[in-house]
Amino acid sequence: MMTALSLENTFTPLENFGHSLSAPSYLLRPRSVEEIASVFRLSKKSGLGVTLRGAGRSYNDAALNGGQIVLDLTGLDHILEWDPASGVVRAEPGVTLQQLWQRVLPDGWWPPVVSGTMTTTLGGCLAANIHGKNNYKMGVIGEHVLEFRALLPTGAEITCSPDKNADLFYAMIGGFGMLGVFTSITLQLKRVYSGLLEVHAWPTHTLSEQIASLQDGAPQHDYIVGWLDTITVGHGQIHAADYLHQGEDPNPAKTLQVAYQTLPSRLFGVMPKSLLHYFMTPFMNNLGVWGINTGKYLASLRRHSFRQSHAAFHFLLDYVPLWERSYGRGGLIQYQSFLPKETALDAWSEMLALAKRRGLPSYLGVTKRHRPDRFLLSHAVDGFSLALDFKVTDARRLRLRQMLEDFDRIVLDAGGRFYFAKNSETTPETALRFLGVEAVERFRALKKRCDPDGLLQSALYRRVFGKLGQKHD
Amino acid sequence: MPTQRMSFPPATPLRPYRRAILVGSAHGLGAAMARRLAREGYCLALLDRDAETLERLCAEINAQYGEPLAQPYVHDATHYEEVPALLRRIVADLGGLDLFMYIAGVLLPTTPTTYEFEKDLKMMEVNTLGALAWFNEVAPLFQSARGGQIVGVSSVAGDRGRVGNPGYNASKAALSTYLEALRNRLTRFGVHVLTVKPGFMDTEMLKHSPRTFWVVSPERAADDIYKALRRRKQTIYTLGRWGLVMLIIRHIPSFIFRRLSF
Repeated sequence: MMTALSLENTFTPLENFGHSLSAPSYLLRPRSVEEIASVFRLSKKSGLGVTLRGAGRSYNDAALNGGQIVLDLTGLDHILEWDPASGVVRAEPGVTLQQLWQRVLPDGWWPPVVSGTMTTTLGGCLAANIHGKNNYKMGVIGEHVLEFRALLPTGAEITCSPDKNADLFYAMIGGFGMLGVFTSITLQLKRVYSGLLEVHAWPTHTLSEQIASLQDGAPQHDYIVGWLDTITVGHGQIHAADYLHQGEDPNPAKTLQVAYQTLPSRLFGVMPKSLLHYFMTPFMNNLGVWGINTGKYLASLRRHSFRQSHAAFHFLLDYVPLWERSYGRGGLIQYQSFLPKETALDAWSEMLALAKRRGLPSYLGVTKRHRPDRFLLSHAVDGFSLALDFKVTDARRLRLRQMLEDFDRIVLDAGGRFYFAKNSETTPETALRFLGVEAVERFRALKKRCDPDGLLQSALYRRVFGKLGQKHD
Repeated sequence: MPTQRMSFPPATPLRPYRRAILVGSAHGLGAAMARRLAREGYCLALLDRDAETLERLCAEINAQYGEPLAQPYVHDATHYEEVPALLRRIVADLGGLDLFMYIAGVLLPTTPTTYEFEKDLKMMEVNTLGALAWFNEVAPLFQSARGGQIVGVSSVAGDRGRVGNPGYNASKAALSTYLEALRNRLTRFGVHVLTVKPGFMDTEMLKHSPRTFWVVSPERAADDIYKALRRRKQTIYTLGRWGLVMLIIRHIPSFIFRRLSF
């Protein structure tokens, strides 16, 4: 049966995850591969470009396409096959990490790589090639994809794996939806013997101590992540976690249940957490965050260990629903830099000192340990990442912009890289420098092959690759 | 295939350009409004049938701010059939739409004793029907996007029918009433509709008018309009004192009004 979507009455307000950028678009929600194909035909006819969107959790403009078409893929949300014996799952791109883990955990499996929120879709996770707090050990999510099927804007349907169409496999994963649409994704999951993780927490007092903790702690643990107070610069806390081995959990049948994992919806059993973000708003300024950070640091001075559910350990961003609203009207942006282990300390010291001097501290700093991967538009390095959240206000915009330009220069000079799901101000010149001319040329050649009419476009693509693309066309 | 797009600067959280369409913006109030909005960091799709002046204005604005904030689109407000496709194209170029302004208007001088359908028709077409052609496309867009601002530049002349120029009075009265109805429809969707009623303004339009007073510069009027946009006013007069004058004039009983000669 031929079904086709139309633009009538579909103009919808859309934002990035940080509510700092608005871009109303014609939002189409296909329920089948045939409907996606019809949207490509519509794009060709109407002259409007198409952007793919999953849960809309990108901090930047990766899933925005103001005034043009946005394809909401959350309607394709079926887990097609699940084999509890081998841990291989085949799913549609709109399936969320939440749907996935809730389906597989009772059978003793867990997604090998997860983001800080479980609302992300598999298609979005692959498009951004997400990493978790175990990047140094398990790599990016793309390394666990056995195979995917994709629909190209040309109308062709292809299958890709590390052996089949390998060039496209390594480019479409991490290709932020600019080459084609994933229609089914086959993932190898990780065996777990408990619904709990053994978590160790210890404080760090300086930036160099934090980096050393990540460096030395990583080989000994399955997960490691640091929280960094960027107002005092240096205070921080490390959380490292280990899977429990067979037999270590006295009652895995209980802890593997979804109900056991679920995050509490009320604080202290009383206040609905959906209201919590209103109470955070008054603290989202330099002084308030200093107070919170100092309190948090003092509370974390004791080195301790405890057991925590997978969901509670991983999905910190879901702990306070709508926390991003607490940043107020201007919203927030995130600036994440990936630096080689040799240069990270100097570069970040310089950046954080700069932020302090200019009175533009980050309200949340998160550090992780990484390893490189072979995907074409990779963000990873053998080193560390630092993610900084900044509050956006009318008064801060210009100064923030100037500071992030300085940050970009520091990171590039230190051999660092950036991540296309996060930074919102990356320029074409910066992208060319960290990706390298060769990678950009190869990506452009694939783009031409998969999407000769240039139907797939996002605001991110035009911002970063638009100029680079035009030069050679 | 996506057509070659006008390249406005890309919006980012730290460069969140607002986006506006100005119909009738090569001269007078339209041009002043374009300069004013550029100063506020808007990306501007400027429409007019006078291609040459329009391009000059865009070049001037873009040179002043060092980035392509303004792009010209040649359009005759009476070519209604162009509107749906043109609007879709411009909104795609701009990356969205926050503000739509209909500024185009003509005043064809006549005398209290002459009757010329051709002139009335032209004024109805440019002042009223052209606006309706755009409103009917822009309103549903803003309605489904649950936000946006619509501005129609009407006139004090629409408040009362006078001996001088019935066609002009009627074209502006229709526009004012249409805007009021639009406001009543769209406020519930978060869309702001502003009716602007200028008195005498120092533009081409008035060069044949014999008796003028309280003449306002287009720059001052653009300032007033921008302030009204910020404050989400419903109707403004510019100069403001026309509000009081028109309040009185609207209440002059007909047995007196029909004997007056202005």
